[in-house]
Order: sequence, then structure tokens, then C-alpha cells
Amino acid sequence: MAKAHKYDRDHINTDEIIPARYLNTDDEQELAKHCMEDLDAEFVKKCQAGDIIVAGEDFGCGSSREHAVWAIRGANVSTVIAKSFARIFYRNAIDNGFYIIETPDVDKISDGDEIEVDFENGLIKNVTSGKDINFEPLPDFAREIINNGGLLEHIKKATTD
Amino acid sequence: MGSTITEKILAKAAGKETVKAGQLVDAEIDVIMCHDVTTPPAISMLEDKKIDTVFDTEKIVVTPDHFQPAKDIQSAALHKRLDKWARKHNIRYYYKIGQAGVCHALLPEQGHIRPGEVIVGGDSHTCTYGAFGAFSTGIGSTDLAAAIATGKLWFKVPESMKFVLNGSLGKGVYSKDVILEAIRLIGTDGALYKAMEFTGPALADMSMEARMTITNMAIEAGGKNGIMGFDDITKEYLDGRLKGKTDYEVFESDADAEYCRTIEIDCSKLEPMVAMPHLPSNGVPISKCAGKDMDQAYIGSCTNGRIEDLRIAADILKGKKVAIRTLIVPATPTIWKMAKDEGLFDIFYDAGCVISAPTCGACLGGFMGVLAEGEKCVSTTNRNFVGRMGHPKSEVYLTSPATAAASAIEGKLADPRSYL
Repeated sequence: MAKAHKYDRDHINTDEIIPARYLNTDDEQELAKHCMEDLDAEFVKKCQAGDIIVAGEDFGCGSSREHAVWAIRGANVSTVIAKSFARIFYRNAIDNGFYIIETPDVDKISDGDEIEVDFENGLIKNVTSGKDINFEPLPDFAREIINNGGLLEHIKKATTD
Repeated sequence: MGSTITEKILAKAAGKETVKAGQLVDAEIDVIMCHDVTTPPAISMLEDKKIDTVFDTEKIVVTPDHFQPAKDIQSAALHKRLDKWARKHNIRYYYKIGQAGVCHALLPEQGHIRPGEVIVGGDSHTCTYGAFGAFSTGIGSTDLAAAIATGKLWFKVPESMKFVLNGSLGKGVYSKDVILEAIRLIGTDGALYKAMEFTGPALADMSMEARMTITNMAIEAGGKNGIMGFDDITKEYLDGRLKGKTDYEVFESDADAEYCRTIEIDCSKLEPMVAMPHLPSNGVPISKCAGKDMDQAYIGSCTNGRIEDLRIAADILKGKKVAIRTLIVPATPTIWKMAKDEGLFDIFYDAGCVISAPTCGACLGGFMGVLAEGEKCVSTTNRNFVGRMGHPKSEVYLTSPATAAASAIEGKLADPRSYL
């Protein structure tokens, strides 16, 4: 079971997820210390392993920095649920084998709710409220990349098969 | 049903007769742009996976820019990794410090951008190159690694939105004001996953520098790429400039191509625009926000750090004094030298500005002019997100170089038209 950290806002951007002043490193653990810092300075302290970020439209807009995905993953966040994602963030997440969920029903999740995610069947169970959310699983090619452990492993597999 | 320019370029790159919006394609990449923030992680990934190869040493262009000259020990280490890799693989077009500049100003200036090609870069503003009739988009480090090793990437062919730029720009109004208006109209995700195709009579009057300011900010509306057709101005810019391959194929949208939305902008009616904190879509005309106190002016970046931008700023600053800290950041060494030779540096010096080496610097809050808590900066850059240029409680106001220069003189947001 994971706790939802809900940011009831659209356009949460890469400068908020990992400010550029920390881009002088690509060390995931170092980046994780500053995850979401300019949006919520307490985030890293309150985030437990497996927790989930919940947000509105256009999550991850702005820079192409993959550091945004690494900071979130490094902070032990298991997935991000948002109404929509910015294009490059979406692609970076898949490339890293990091599953993200797009659903218009994020309003059914409140900050602090305990939730369970069934990625295969496209189901979010909100244990706190009892409200379930069905979501469209990622397209097949994206799931294949994720299941292969990210784009580079996927390419390696394709060239050695 | 015909095809858009974006569909035609992707079809060619995928080796297909035609492709349609929504289709997934594997495209051959013509040029890959590499800089100091997103490339070192890509290099590490390739080394880790033991696929440390380069698909074509002539199709990769490398320039450190974000934190160059190195701002601290960690960024020096990034530069060292980039340098070691570029030398090891004999990357033909590796711009070291002295030749290095802000990537999206440098690559077109040095002749690496050709119409009809597919260009990717580890930077969201890679969409800039679409001004030359190329398909160009920003990618992250893993995609960059995959492209470097294989020369291919998958793309979903985007739907296209058409922006018809009618009329002509009035005095003191520039292409930056046009793109700020376009983003205001559709929002920061108004073109999410889409191609933004710009056309219309106002475009015909714009230089390549001015056009690049427009396509540069396509990403600020969520766009996958910004793109424009080819004309005499494009040809004139490219003639004698291209490095390596000098031939190229020109594509144009068919008259019956499909667009998901068409937006008309009457450029004659535009005022100088200011995008207020904290979104590029928060544009308001200068008449509605003039007089707001500023602490700093920043004239530079991949959006507005080209020679034409510096000339516009110098024209306004000539014989005046700035009232606030004012940073001039020529985007490339060539622009720096042109500005010096044309006497612009004297104008900036006399006005009390500081002139920097080419760097992305403070645009992304890196160094060379970051903001303290509560400070406000009028800036010719492209993003005004929370914390973008420094403290999370600082504020960025996006404008044209003319508006930034006029505001520097008054120490508050000011209308450049009273200085022209």
C-alpha cells in the first residue's frame, strides 16, 4: 500500500521537480535529495518508499532533463498519477522503465489517501475512500520497453535477439 | 488528403511514401545536438550497457553551454566527461570553449541545420531548428543515448496546429511578442504532443534570427516541434554556411493538409508583450503592466541572444544609463565578436551593463546572474517558472530584447516604443 502525495495543480514543471541549480550532477541519490524542492520543501522528508505523486494536467512540462524522472525515482516514488503529462517527461519515464499513469479521475484521490495500483489490469484502488479508478494501461510498445527494463535494454535485446 | 511539412519529413526519415498523424514510425536521425547537462548521463548509460558506439561521427554536434565556463567542480566534471567522450570517438563537430556557444544559436550559425532533416537534441528548445523547415525536437538522455548509438528513434507522428501570422509588426514589436501572444492564446499545454506550424505574411518580413525566436518557444506551449516553410530568406541564410553536406530537400505542406486547429494572429494589432510569473502563457500587453519595479534585466539565451537581438537592445540603450543590473549575454563567440566589432559593447559599457561570455548561465538559474529571494528580472529568455532564475521566491518577466532594454533604463517594466 502506498500513500498519495497530491498536488492539486496543473503544469508542475521540471524546474519545480528538480531545480536546474542541481543539474551539475546526474547522481540519482544526490538528485533525489532535492526532489520537488521548489514546490514542496518537505516532500523528501515525508515521502516513504513506494509512495505516489498525484497531480493535474501537463505534469513535467518544461525542460527535457531526464533528471526529473531520476529525482522522482531516486526519492523512491513508485509512480506518478496525473491528468496528463508533458511529452518529453512521458517519453523519459518510459525510456527509464518508470511506469506513469494518465487518468482524468485524479479528483478521486485526496492527499494522504492509501492506494494500491494494479498496472497490468489498469486499476487504482483507493483504500481510504473505497473509490476505484480504471485507467488505460500504457500502449503495448511502451509496456514492452518498460518490461525490458528501459529503452537501452530494449535496444540491446532487439539487437541480440 | 494532403500532408503537412512535418508528416512529409517524418515519412522520408522513416523510408515511407506517406505517414499520418498518430502513426508510430522509426525515423533516421540526421543531426544530434549534445550539450553538457544531458549528454554526460547518456554517455554513462552507453558505457554501462557496453554499447559505447557512435552511429556517425559527422552527424553529432557537441557544445558545452549550460554551465560553461565551468561554474563549479561538479560542472567541471561534467565537461571533463563530455570532452573525454568527444575526443575518444573523434566527433568531427566538437565546439570547445572559445568556439562553444548556446547550442540553439550555435548550430544554425555554424551551418549544421538543413531543411527537410530530422534533428534531435538533449534539450527541450531543440524545436528552434524548425525555423529552417526541419523536423526538430528535444529528447532526454536515454533517447539521446539510443540515438547516438543507433541513429534512429521512434516517433509518434504529431497532429499539426497552424498559426497564420497576418499583418505586419509595428514599431517596437518583435517576433518574441508574437510567440508570447500565441502561447497566451493556447496555454502552456495548448499544443501538447503537436506540431506548431507557422505561416503567413508577417513571417515573410522576419529574418532567420527572428523566426528562430518563434520556433524556440514551441515547447512552452507543449509542442513537439515548431516548424516553418522555406523561402528566400532561409536560402540566403544557408548559402555558403552549411558544413559537411550542403544539399538538402525542401518540403512544404499541401494545400489540403489536415490541421487539428488553425489560429490567426493579426500582428499589426500586437503590442509589446510581457509574460508575467510564473508561466510563459501569462502574457499581457505592456500597456497593462508598465511601471512594475524590476531588480535585473537579462538579455541573452537561445531565444534572444543573437546579433539582431543585441543590435535592437543597443539601439535603445545608446547614450542612456541603466537603472538596474543589466546582463548582456551574446549567445556564441561569433555573435560576441560581431557585437564587439560593431561597437555594441561600447554602448553596453557606457550604459552600465555587464557583458558575459557565451553561456546559458542565469536563464536556468545556473550562474552569472541568479536572483535572490524576492527579486524580479525582466528577461529575454523563454521560461518564467518558479525558481527558474534563482530563488523560488524570485520572479521572471519574459519580454523581447527591446522591452528588456527599455525596462533596464527605467528600472521598471517599460514600453520600448517610447525609445524608438
